[in-house]
Amino acid sequence: MKKGIKIQFIPFSQLASMSSYKRVKFILENVKDKIIIIQGKLTPEEEKDLIEETMKKIGKGFKGIEIEVLNPKFDFGMINKIKKSVADFLVGDRDAITLIGPASVIKEIKKDIKKLEFFLKFK
Amino acid sequence: MVIRIITNFFQRIFTNIFAIKKDLKIGLYGPPNTGKTTLANRICKDWIGEELGKVSNIPHETREIVVKESVEIKHKGKSLKFKLIDTPGIATKIDYEDFLHYGLSRAEAKRRAKEATRGVIEAIKWLDDMDVVVVVLDSTQNPYTQVNITIIGNIAARKIPLIIAANKIDLKKANLKAIEGAFPEYEVVGISAKHGINMEEFYETLFNVIKKSKRRK
Repeated sequence: MKKGIKIQFIPFSQLASMSSYKRVKFILENVKDKIIIIQGKLTPEEEKDLIEETMKKIGKGFKGIEIEVLNPKFDFGMINKIKKSVADFLVGDRDAITLIGPASVIKEIKKDIKKLEFFLKFK
Repeated sequence: MVIRIITNFFQRIFTNIFAIKKDLKIGLYGPPNTGKTTLANRICKDWIGEELGKVSNIPHETREIVVKESVEIKHKGKSLKFKLIDTPGIATKIDYEDFLHYGLSRAEAKRRAKEATRGVIEAIKWLDDMDVVVVVLDSTQNPYTQVNITIIGNIAARKIPLIIAANKIDLKKANLKAIEGAFPEYEVVGISAKHGINMEEFYETLFNVIKKSKRRK
């Protein structure tokens, strides 16, 4: 029997009440065997922590993650986009969508201002 | 009262001495294989006549922080002395199997992957110590990646002055405008660290960014 790929949608409300530490831990625990789509996005600090924790976990069977964020509120070229994104997370920014998946499953994520496309590996 | 005045006087003197002695730290950050070490080598070669580190086409060649003390550059009669810090490329995934395609043995590839993960963690930890950051991006690649945004977002959140060096502009696929369009609020300088193209503008921008940041302080 062929093994399928699980995709989990995580609503904003599920992450909103968590501390940054718990949010990062929650994502890493869930992303090991499935693709997760989060309503909202992490702060740059949380993304940094996510990269750090991901690096600590890389080893047997886990090769890291692919992560991209689609944020319709801002064009990539907008002035202060990054500064705004820092402030925005304080109130959640539930308009953004974050896609995170295990690097062993996601081959590539293509992103432009309007869309995110992900290509999966089938062995 | 007199003792307190004397104590304050000496405290001020010592504080100033250490403030003056504090070396400016300039860090080179970016994803793997964008040419951070090539740029570090170019800077060192231009100003002290020696290279800093080994470069290769295999990703994660730099897996440890490399520091070059006392690099002094000159521009329009002014000089700038700093510590140059070359950091491992920041990535969200490291697969040892990718290194096998470059002819590495399985054991070498696994060791490289392990060292690379530690390198990423180390690079992130050093970020708080930087006074200025040069984000080195590959101008032939899509700049809109989350890794780029995370790196720049973290530098911005720490209010560290930054320059984006859009490297590899000598290549046909280079798209400097895409990087300028993605990060218009920052100084973007197109360079080829390998061939030394546009380094004058890079040094001038470095001087200007440091000057502006000093004025803000």
